[in-house]
This record gives sequence, structure tokens and C-alpha cells, in this order.
Amino acid sequence: MSEHITSAIIAIAIGVFGILAYFWISNALLDGFIGRSKRANKEVLREQIRPWLFVGPALFFLFLYLVYPVFETLWLSFKDENSSQFVGFDNYLWLFKDPEFHTTLRNNVLWLLVVPTLSTLFGLVIAVLADRSRWGTLAKSLIFMPMAISFVGASVIWKFVYHYNGEGDVQIGILNALMVALGAEPQFWLSVPFWNNLLLMIILVWIQTGFAMVILGAALRGVPEETIEAAIIDGANELQIFFKITIPQIMPTVVVVWTTIAILVLKVFDIVLAMTNGQWETQVLANLMYDWMFRGAGDFGRGSAIAIVLMLSVVPIMIWNIRRFRQEELGR
Amino acid sequence: MSKPAQRTLPRLAAGAALACLVILWVIPTLGLLVSSVRDKDALAQSGWWTAMSDSTQTVFERTEHPDTQIETEQGWVLEGRLEIGATGYDILRFGGSQREPAAGAVGETVTLKNGNQLTVNADGSYRFVSPEKPWKGSRGKRIFFSYAQPPEFTLENYQEVLTKGRLGQAFINTLTVTIPATVIPVLMAAFAAYAFSWMPFRGRDWLFAGVIGLLVVPLQTSLVPLLRLYSDVGNFFGFEAKGYVGVWMAHTGFGLPLAIYLMRNYMKSLPKDLIECARVDGASHFEVFVKIVLPLSVPALASFTIFQFLWVWNDLLVALVFLGQAEDQIVLTAQLRALLGTRGSNWEILTSGAFITIILPLIVFFSLQRFFVRGLVAGSVK
Repeated sequence: MSEHITSAIIAIAIGVFGILAYFWISNALLDGFIGRSKRANKEVLREQIRPWLFVGPALFFLFLYLVYPVFETLWLSFKDENSSQFVGFDNYLWLFKDPEFHTTLRNNVLWLLVVPTLSTLFGLVIAVLADRSRWGTLAKSLIFMPMAISFVGASVIWKFVYHYNGEGDVQIGILNALMVALGAEPQFWLSVPFWNNLLLMIILVWIQTGFAMVILGAALRGVPEETIEAAIIDGANELQIFFKITIPQIMPTVVVVWTTIAILVLKVFDIVLAMTNGQWETQVLANLMYDWMFRGAGDFGRGSAIAIVLMLSVVPIMIWNIRRFRQEELGR
Repeated sequence: MSKPAQRTLPRLAAGAALACLVILWVIPTLGLLVSSVRDKDALAQSGWWTAMSDSTQTVFERTEHPDTQIETEQGWVLEGRLEIGATGYDILRFGGSQREPAAGAVGETVTLKNGNQLTVNADGSYRFVSPEKPWKGSRGKRIFFSYAQPPEFTLENYQEVLTKGRLGQAFINTLTVTIPATVIPVLMAAFAAYAFSWMPFRGRDWLFAGVIGLLVVPLQTSLVPLLRLYSDVGNFFGFEAKGYVGVWMAHTGFGLPLAIYLMRNYMKSLPKDLIECARVDGASHFEVFVKIVLPLSVPALASFTIFQFLWVWNDLLVALVFLGQAEDQIVLTAQLRALLGTRGSNWEILTSGAFITIILPLIVFFSLQRFFVRGLVAGSVK
């Protein structure tokens, strides 16, 4: 054990000091080689090179880990399971005929509709309620807490909530205990097709509501007092103020929150893997992709094709983000 | 705004609604926490919400040896005291056979099927009377009884999951993954963000637009090519393809877009004069960055550091793909998931295990929540 700790510390030190060393040494070299003279052309040359020393490592990593793989994955999706033979659109044709893929698509659409919407809704309600409460800060902390919990940890927490003991036994899962107390039959919830999807979604809503609450809370505080005061003078009641004054002003933030959660939802993996591993019709794209990557000897062609479907689904959001950024830069 | 009296009722309703939501949100985690410190038999036999009340246990003990029977007017009598009664637990009901372990309440006298009589008191003292002839047996007579066991809490589950469940080792592995995978992207992104905000160079805006595009690229599209690349590089140089360095680099790559985006937004908002003055005084960009901008950017650095720390600590996918799943490399999330598969109904293991995996993020989260919130808001509100 202690041996392992030592090697861990050494590994950590190498990783951390390596990167520090790069920046120091590369900059010192630049200053050394091109001389610290005040001669204008040297100064200009130096300051033309230096930005690339700064952004170089980041660009290298971005390219190697995110840009190049997208194209490579696209290429591999046209090849067979060992990536040795070109098979054209076979992987995609297979995918669109595969009944499991149909269920998967249906589930992903469900996730996409339910989770961002519920999280945003709950987040907004809690942000509004907490603003009026004396213990609002504590309440917000508690609602926010699941954000720190891993998806696997959250899965354990909720699997315990949904736990099922055979009929007649004492139910130690709180959901089934409630069912028994209300006189209903306990259920093995995770195996009930269709509804089990909702049970998995609840986990992510539980985690993401805190995020929505924080962002929307900040937006609510940013609503100008004058607009509300003007509405009060005009005789508007609280509900009217909320729906006609506040909501339209925070709408852009609501959209941002919804899309941010939507992107996360598209990639949901850990929860499904840990709760059902896609059994009982709960499969989602990310888990299906992981499954094909390692199923049997691994089928990289099909895995890549599924990854491309996932990629295509985020492209609209990507373009929208970039356009928004360029408009803002123009406005600066 | 409006008069206080008018707002009292809505305020009460709002408070009640908020309280309901908070309770709903906290209950699952509370269940985990309570269960993780319960005795494992109690955990399997009763809901965690009953943990604070007594539980009823049914067991048996033997009387004294039959040789100690004394002949009296009523018959042959065997007297003594049950050990559990002597340790202070209250006995509730008792019986003379496994079929009827609760035939009588304490203090009553029960007539057993062969005419013998048994009395057990709450303090555990018993009197067994065999009226006709001495009771025969090579060992003492069995007395079945139920008693109220007060709630019992233990750290045994933690001990077991740390050693047998191998979470102790996994905890260290996770730290080994997390620390460099947090520090490296933070440093790299800080330099890049400075260049993107204050150093003019060709193609800067296009490159930054690219970074924003990369914010949403799912890491699933990177897995297959990187897996192949790693094994090719590993084969070429003759080392194991799965290891810590590979995972650090992967997390660095995946974390960079958000890191650069957050820090660039922050650095861009610093006063322009500050940087230009220093430049005019002859400081190089490197000096300006290290001496002026970096110290001023501590809040943004802190926000992203917490972000990345939580993300890497809680990650499962990257660890499953790029690390070995043997004891020397498996991380907490992967080990917990493995336990879900192999010890699926041992809730004492799973609950304490889950708590170990979430304790450090929770501490970080609650102590640095301010920075975390600031980072979240900076990352999305426009």
C-alpha cells in the first residue's frame, strides 16, 4: 500500500511539474535565443512567436483528443469491426434496421424531452421559492448537493430507493415500502418497460435541478427592479409580474440552461450502465455505443457509427453556440 | 413591494412548498447515509427509516443443564436467567418450541404441549416446571424468545468495504488520476486563455470560435480512435496502453474547451489599461501573465479547478476505457459499479461504498461552493 502511495506521489509530481517546466523553459529559451535587445524587429519576432508557445499545448491537446477523433470516427464508421475493410454504409444500414437501436432512439428522445424540461422547471420554482424564504440559502445548498455526487454514486442511492424484495418480505426500498403502506403491490420497478426509463430520468433530474436553480437564480436577481416596480404601480399582481415581466426577461437564460442540460442528457451513460445496463428497454445511445465498442471482441465499425449519430445530434447546438459568440464579439 | 400583511399567506405557502421539495431531495441521500452505519442484519430486515426505533429480534437460548433440576411440591423445577435479559435488553414474548416462539407475553406462564410449564420474566429470569417426572435431555431446554434491540450503529461496514471491497486502494488510485488531471488542464488553459484575450496573433478569433464549437463535442466520438491510437503507441514503444499518463492526457483534452472558455471570459474582463501599462514599461507577455494576470484570475482558476476536480473524480467512462480494471488502476466509480454487479443485494457494502466515493467531492463542494457557483454562472449566463 505505502509503495503504491509513493509511486502515486511521484507520478503526480512528474505530471504537474512537467507542464510547469514546459512553460518556463520554452519562454526562457525564446527570450534567450532571440536576445533581449530592444531592436524593434527582434522584439516583433519574439512577440509573434510567444502566443504560439502559450496556446500551443492547448491546441495540440484539443486537436489530438477532440478534433482529429471526430474525423477518424467518421472514417472508421465506414469500415468493418476490425477497421480492416471498407464496408460503405453497411454499419448505418444495419443500425437503422436494428430494433434495439429503435428503442434506443425512442429513449434518447424521451430523455431529451423530460430531463431538461423537468430540471429547468424545478430549478426555476425552487429559485423563486428560495428567494422568499429565510432559510433559502440552506435549502439551495441541499438541493444543489447532488451536483457533487457521481452518477454511479447517485445510481446506488436511487437503486436503494427502488429496491424490491419478494412479495411478503419486508420492503427495505422506500418506494416499495410506500406502495405497501398504501395497499398496492410492490414492484420490481427497474424491469417494468417504459416506466423504468422515467425512474432513471428522475436520477438525472435530481442531479441537474441544482444547476438550473443556480443559473436561473442569478438571472432572476438580474431582472431590473424598475420593471417590477413599474408593473406594481400599474396594479399587476404577483403572478402577472412573474409571467409577464420576469419570465420574458430571463427567457434567454432558460434556453441556455435547457440546452446545457440537453447536451449532458444526450451523453448520459453512467446511470444506465449502473442501473440496468440497457436491459428492459432502457438502452440509450452512449451506453449502446460503449456496449458495441467492447461487445465480444469489440465492433469498432458499429460503435463508431453510433458515435457519429450522437455527434450529429449536437451539431445544431454547436453551430448556434458559435453564431451567438460571433454576434457578441461584434457587439463588444 | 406590497404590504407585509398581504404577503404572509403566500410566504407561508412558499415556505411549505420549499420544505417539501427539500425533503424530497434529501431523503435518498439520507437513506444511504443512515443505512451505511446500520448493522447489516438490521439493514436487510427493516427499512432504514426505522433505524432509530427498536427492532424485534427472535432468538433462542438454552436453560441450565437438566442435572440442576430441583424437586419441589409442584414438580421438578429448572431456574436461571437468560443471558440477553442479563445484558439489559427487555424480553417481549417467549415460547418453548420453534413453532411457537411467541406463545406467551413476559410474566405469563405457558403450558407446553407435554404439560410442562414455562415462565419467563422481562428481566430474563425463567422458571421451567416439569410436574410429573424430571425433564430429560443431554443439554438444557431451548427457550425461544423475542426481545427489543435498541438501534445499533456501527462502522463495520466501512471497514469491510475499504478492505474486502478494495475501496481503500481505489481511493488512492482516484486521487492519482484526479490531481494531475485537474492541475494540468488548469495551467494549460490559463496560458491559452491569456493568449486568446490579450495577445494578438493571426487566426485568433477563428481558433477561439473553434474552442467554443468543441465545448459540446461528445467525448464518445473520441473513444474509438484514441483507444486505437493508445494501443498503437503502446505497441510501438513497448509499454502498457492503459495507464495513468494516458488518462491524465485524455482528461486534459476533454476538459480544455470549458477551461479556456471560462478563463478567457474572465481575463478579457480585466482592465485593459493594466496590461497595456505593464507592456509599455517593458514587461514581456510572460511576465505580465505570471505577475499580473494570474494573481488576478484566482477566482476563475478556483472555479474551474473545482469543476474539473468534480468531473474527473466522478467520471466513469474515461476511466473504464483508458485505465486497467485490475486493483492497481481501478478507480472508485468503476469499483463501486463492479460492486453493484457482484454484491448487488449487500446494501451494507453498497451504501458505505457509495458514501466513501462521494465524501471528498461533498467536502470540496460545501467548502468551496461560492467559487463553484460563480464558475457555473460565468459559464452560462450571458
